Amino acid sequence: MALSVDEAVSTGPAGDHTPPSRRFGGRGRAVLEVALLTVLAVVMLFPVLWMIETSIKENRDVYAIPAKFFDFKVTMEHFKDVFVASGGGRSTLSASFLNSVLVAGVSTALATVLGVPAAWAYSRFAVKAKKDQLFFILSTRFMPPVVVVIPIFLMYRQVGLIDTKLGLILIYTAFNVPFTIWMMKGFVDEVPAEYEDAAMLDGYTRLQAFRRFTLPLLLPGIAATAVFALIFSWNEFVFAIFLTSSDDVRTAPPAIAGLIGGTTVDWGLVAAASVVFALPVLVFAYLVRKHLVAGVTLGAVRR
Amino acid sequence: MGTVAVRGLRKSFGKVQALDGVTLDIPDGSFFVVLGPSGAGKTTTLRAIAGLEQLDAGSVHLDGRDATGDSPAARDLAMVFQNYALYPRHTAYENIASPLRARRCSSSEIAAAVERMSSLLHIEGLLQRRPAQLSGGEMQRVALARALVRHPRAFLMDEPLTNLDLKLRVEMRTELTRIHRSLGATFVYVTNDQVEALSMADQVAVLREGKVQQVGTPAEVYERPANQWVAGFVGSPPISLLACHAEGDRLVGAEGWTLPRPRWTTAEDGRPLLLGLRAEDLSVEQRGDASLPGELYGLEPLGDRTVVDVRVGTQILKVKARTTVTGTPGERLLVTVDLDRAHLFDAGTGLALSEAGR
Repeated sequence: MALSVDEAVSTGPAGDHTPPSRRFGGRGRAVLEVALLTVLAVVMLFPVLWMIETSIKENRDVYAIPAKFFDFKVTMEHFKDVFVASGGGRSTLSASFLNSVLVAGVSTALATVLGVPAAWAYSRFAVKAKKDQLFFILSTRFMPPVVVVIPIFLMYRQVGLIDTKLGLILIYTAFNVPFTIWMMKGFVDEVPAEYEDAAMLDGYTRLQAFRRFTLPLLLPGIAATAVFALIFSWNEFVFAIFLTSSDDVRTAPPAIAGLIGGTTVDWGLVAAASVVFALPVLVFAYLVRKHLVAGVTLGAVRR
Repeated sequence: MGTVAVRGLRKSFGKVQALDGVTLDIPDGSFFVVLGPSGAGKTTTLRAIAGLEQLDAGSVHLDGRDATGDSPAARDLAMVFQNYALYPRHTAYENIASPLRARRCSSSEIAAAVERMSSLLHIEGLLQRRPAQLSGGEMQRVALARALVRHPRAFLMDEPLTNLDLKLRVEMRTELTRIHRSLGATFVYVTNDQVEALSMADQVAVLREGKVQQVGTPAEVYERPANQWVAGFVGSPPISLLACHAEGDRLVGAEGWTLPRPRWTTAEDGRPLLLGLRAEDLSVEQRGDASLPGELYGLEPLGDRTVVDVRVGTQILKVKARTTVTGTPGERLLVTVDLDRAHLFDAGTGLALSEAGR
């Protein structure tokens, strides 16, 4: 997600804010564009670069004043510390990474399993007050998590879901289902209903028709949607920090945040943990790009 | 057996009444064409028969049995869709085999049936291709093969030739008639093309705004249109309609002309009527005792014949003539009318006057 935002912002100013009367020639304009883009790239990428640098610096270099940009000693100690506890054995951070994998994975799977059939139904069937229902579903995403986190906290306390992985999975699923329904409805709309009609006349039931003929065409869309849901669950911070407290339940975002704030902060460890945390998102963001471009293959229907 | 009957079908989409009490009886083995302009409810009727549409009211009977609530699969029908709806990830072979796979036929049976169909429709060389690699005409044949590969109660065809170019369309018309004759099965065929309807059908049902206007053989629909609308919709160039009324033994036109009153009309004097005259029942070349004075408005040479537009009063009559006909616009001429083949409609209701005496 962050990547696409960068792109959208960086291409904007050069094109839009040049008044026609003062328009530069092709060359001057190109130079300005490159200059602006470079400034933006540096501003956006410097923190990332600094994080990566810090994660491979020795502690001495991390705290050096003035800061060392180039001549520092490379070490993998911080990355080792992310996964291995100081006395040997697994670190608490590695446990929270596993929790993140579990919570994000299960909630995404649940949201996909619930959301895809729902999207199909909303796309194919005459549902009463369909538009109102879809708006209601979307409206659950209008409010930022911070607004609802207190009521959710109180409800979770009542039913004993506080500080459980199941609680996090449920809340992330609840947030991802509307998203999945809306994304997938667009993809299902793109697949002509005639494939299912034809399959039913061939002798298949409605569900068989969906599973055999529509579902395969939806796979790229499902992949893209699932990746977005996964990134949301993986990055989620507010619910995670409010609804969990113990180390064996915490997911990575609050766990990393928890490293900051003691009397001394091990910045090398924070940076290394952040790098490890960011990698899956980068990989998945890349995959989303490919899938979104690919879209749904439409074959044999003349329009 | 393969009779299809629908009784009082009603279906609305929002505020649009797509079907407004459609009742049809489709005999076993017939080539039954449902004809109408777009939006008439033809496709909805077909989808209702197939079980793809939830009806507001009415029933569907297959072989005399009420099948209204049955699933499409249980109805034992095959359908060709306007856009073919070939499965894009399957080869032509797999597309054709699909109805047999769904019914769990053995692979040797499937191979034999697909081979039979592909030679019938001349698509042997295309079986390993995917729909995206096929031309429109080839997709059409594969879609047809997928429908014909089984022996269902009836075949439903939703404007299957609309997306083909003219030459292919004419070719496939002949082909479909041939296939229908060789199978002897019931075909329910939806089209907005009257030429298809007249050339292929045993029976035609003309539909307009969700209501059946007329059911009959192509000749009946053409020669005895039930109302002014059917007369105008069927036939090319369209029928010319002139306002008039009867007066003793004369028909007096609103434009001032008079014609002998056809023997068979029963209309009382003074009742407002519409005289319907088809282009081929008019002539500018022959002389007869029934004729209308007019002036030449224009010539439309069509190759095999020429359509002469003649202005009578404020109205334009379309007259079919030989290609040798000549003239200059504005020239005065007489149009001879074959009154035995003329049609009279009530100007108020649009219904055809009784032709019992004819």
